[in-house]
Amino acid sequence: MSAAIDIKDAAFTWRGKANFSLSISRLEIPAGERVFLLGESGSGKSTLLSLICGINCPDRGSVSVDGVDLGQLPASQRDRFRAENIGVIFQMFNLLPYVSPLENILLPLAFSPPRRRRLSDPRKEALRLTAALGLSEALVVQADTTELSIGQQQRVAAARALIGKPRLIVADEPTSSLDASAQKDFISLLMTQTEQVGATLVMVSHDSRLASQFDRSLELTDVAEITRGAA
Amino acid sequence: MILLSLAYKSLLSRVVTFSLTVFAIALSVALFLGVEKVRTGAKASFANTISGTDLIVGARSGSVQLLLYSVFHVGSATNNVTWQSYQDIAARDDVEWSVPLSLGDSHRGFRVLGTTTAFFDRYRYREGRGVEFAEGQPFTDLFDAVVGADVAVELSYQPGSEIVVAHGIASFTEHDDKPFTVTGVLEKTGTPLDRTVFVSLEAIEAIHIDWQGGGRSQNTISAQEVREMELTPKAITAALVGVTSRLRIFGLQRWVNEYPEEPLLAILPGVALSELWSLIGVAETALIGVSAMVVITALLGMVAMIFSGLNERRREMALLRAIGARPWSIFLLLTAEAALISLLAVLLGVALLYTGLFIARGYIDATFGLYLDITWPTAREYLVLVSVVIAGTTVSLVPAMRGYFISLADGMQMRS
Repeated sequence: MSAAIDIKDAAFTWRGKANFSLSISRLEIPAGERVFLLGESGSGKSTLLSLICGINCPDRGSVSVDGVDLGQLPASQRDRFRAENIGVIFQMFNLLPYVSPLENILLPLAFSPPRRRRLSDPRKEALRLTAALGLSEALVVQADTTELSIGQQQRVAAARALIGKPRLIVADEPTSSLDASAQKDFISLLMTQTEQVGATLVMVSHDSRLASQFDRSLELTDVAEITRGAA
Repeated sequence: MILLSLAYKSLLSRVVTFSLTVFAIALSVALFLGVEKVRTGAKASFANTISGTDLIVGARSGSVQLLLYSVFHVGSATNNVTWQSYQDIAARDDVEWSVPLSLGDSHRGFRVLGTTTAFFDRYRYREGRGVEFAEGQPFTDLFDAVVGADVAVELSYQPGSEIVVAHGIASFTEHDDKPFTVTGVLEKTGTPLDRTVFVSLEAIEAIHIDWQGGGRSQNTISAQEVREMELTPKAITAALVGVTSRLRIFGLQRWVNEYPEEPLLAILPGVALSELWSLIGVAETALIGVSAMVVITALLGMVAMIFSGLNERRREMALLRAIGARPWSIFLLLTAEAALISLLAVLLGVALLYTGLFIARGYIDATFGLYLDITWPTAREYLVLVSVVIAGTTVSLVPAMRGYFISLADGMQMRS
């Protein structure tokens, strides 16, 4: 079985505004592993995630997800690959405010027919996920997305990332807007569900206290080298 | 499909700006179509001022001028037609009927038309509609008069009212020794008839019998005495002529134009009407131009709305990208929004127009004599509607392109 994420000799430089480049000699994450990446803001975590999600391509080297070298794919296929294989959770503003929580959860399926086909009844699966994440059906189906608390929004976002069994879940500071007790709950729920759908979990955070719940914990500064200033 | 439904829901979430934008475009579309309706209605009303008359005969001048003074009662004839010439024309065997018209006097700002009662039978307007009496009947006595609808309303006349005709068109000398009695009031026609006072040809002769060269002579003749006198007119202003067969119109026209005794002119009313309309037609082009500008302004307002929304929607676009949307999807989403706005606006605009027409049609017909037909949109109007939707979608390509580049640069994180 190929690794969930395999990065070799990759380097990337943002063009334009700031001269900021990131290089990674090797990062390998086996399938099914739950990895914690510790990084302060400005440590290159956004850049790393955009490479893993195929939003950007490395200038040299390779970034492979599930055995697919993203740099070899044209932009439209990278978008399709992301839609099909990766679920993303952000720190906040995860949901479209103008559609219901349920529609938010089902949205990735609209962009990826293969992911949709993995489910016989998407609505039922969405409700199963939200129930497992501790959200009531009434809240998911009837509530206005803008009425949800941040904790509820994050759980809806988790359900959206998990639906349709993607290979990889990427979470970018998903708990930073939550209070301490909610953080632990959220992470354990996320872990259980990730395990259930058989996905790999990569979570980035600046909060080292959360690392203990993961299989492995890495410091971003050890993984990636950042260069700033005049290039 | 998902993009269309997202576009729709996104628009609903911004209901105030969205509905204002739709309303602005809808109003502009309704205005444009309304102008179009009024324009074609006015043109039809104008072209329908007189129908059923094959030729108008008058003294030789220009065809538009003859039409203006004989039908529209605008301006004056430069010359008259002698009674003898009129008799010659009326007696021809290709002439089925003829109605003499004698103009020149007025009553409190309204033209007085001397004619025969045949006028009320022969005059046709708006696709063959005849003249109807709202009250009373045609004139029978020498000093009877019939008034048009506007005259009756403005001067509050009814059968039995007594009126005095003034000499000339803007004059203070009145034929006050020979007052008339109103015997009938016509229905509103939307033609110059509404602003006309009708008397018999003999009455015109009678009130002028003791006048010489624009002033009253010393030897006045009373209204009683005049009844005993010979009142055949010496001249008329113009005549409406109907021929026995349409094939003979041109033959008769040539005969009249070549009449040796006196320089005459015969015109086909339809031809002269369209000649006259082509003079007024510049105004209709200007109207269309102005309302087209209003539509363009409204569409630009929509583009401005989409543009201003782009920045506050960067998070939304980044989120869609993270879920798997391509930059092109963002482009299509924004274009779909504009298409939806334009489509809704066009539908609302049509609804506004027809509601307006249903409400205002009777009033417009009664007040301005402008008959607006309520019909399904014409091919030309459908073309306008489709063009608005296409134009709205096309101008939105500019902000959509901007959205495309923003989402390409931002990726799944909104970077400032």
